[in-house]
Amino acid sequence: MRWIWFDRFVEFESGKRAVAVKNVTLAEDHLHDHFPGYPIMPHSLMIEGMAQTAGILVGEARGFSEKVILAKVKRAEFFTLVRPGDTIRYQATVDGEVTASGASTTGRIFVGEEPVGEVDLVFSHIDKNMSGLEFPEENFVFTGEFQALLKTYRQQGGAKVAL
Amino acid sequence: MPMSKDEIFDKVRATLVDALSVDDDDVRADATVMGDLGAESIDFLDIVFRLEKTFGIKIPQEELMPRDILQNPDYVVDKKLNAAGLAALKKAMPHADLTNFEKSPEIDRLAEVFTVGAIVKFIEAKLASK
Repeated sequence: MRWIWFDRFVEFESGKRAVAVKNVTLAEDHLHDHFPGYPIMPHSLMIEGMAQTAGILVGEARGFSEKVILAKVKRAEFFTLVRPGDTIRYQATVDGEVTASGASTTGRIFVGEEPVGEVDLVFSHIDKNMSGLEFPEENFVFTGEFQALLKTYRQQGGAKVAL
Repeated sequence: MPMSKDEIFDKVRATLVDALSVDDDDVRADATVMGDLGAESIDFLDIVFRLEKTFGIKIPQEELMPRDILQNPDYVVDKKLNAAGLAALKKAMPHADLTNFEKSPEIDRLAEVFTVGAIVKFIEAKLASK
């Protein structure tokens, strides 16, 4: 559950659009390896950050009842580097609507006003798409731990937290 | 004015080129989406979302690929469709050419009927019924 690559939702419009922020800090171990003496936020982890932002947007649309998995990175393009002290904004929009099978999303990443990258994704509701294969009953994507974290955020975040 | 078959084909081709990173020339009417164009099952989800957006239609998964038939024990014996299953499949997939598949209707071979032409025909029918 520590693998969460954003800190907070600042905008959330159910089934349509979400904006999450992530503060990048030198206290994060990975920045010391990527790269030694030249800390920059890995683009791969920004794809993960967008996948989580968009994935929760897709999951929330059906009350977190579906197992939403990232099926495909349609496109990932980055224009610049992100460094410690920066605040990343992940803006995710559902293309059309969340359907029974899943959703396609368009993502834009910014630091301040500067465009950092574009990450377009496809999410699958696996129980609906991999018929014939058995998956565990419990929702291993949106786990109890995730739901508990969400509840705490909602109760204590007040006006700052959009979800 | 309704879209012509050529226009539909061009849009389907552009969709497949984007979704599967294949060359324009590879997307011929008789190319199979999985065999020739290398689509994996998860790509179908992407392709369906893109087609819905491009043509402004809804594509329920069961219409393109009638899984319920393939999982029905009344229709499938030893991984092969029986006569009743084949009849049901023909009814459910009027867009696909099942001539070759019929000769040896193993369900593992069903991917072969998913040609670019079948998708174009499917879209054509969808647009006509809109």
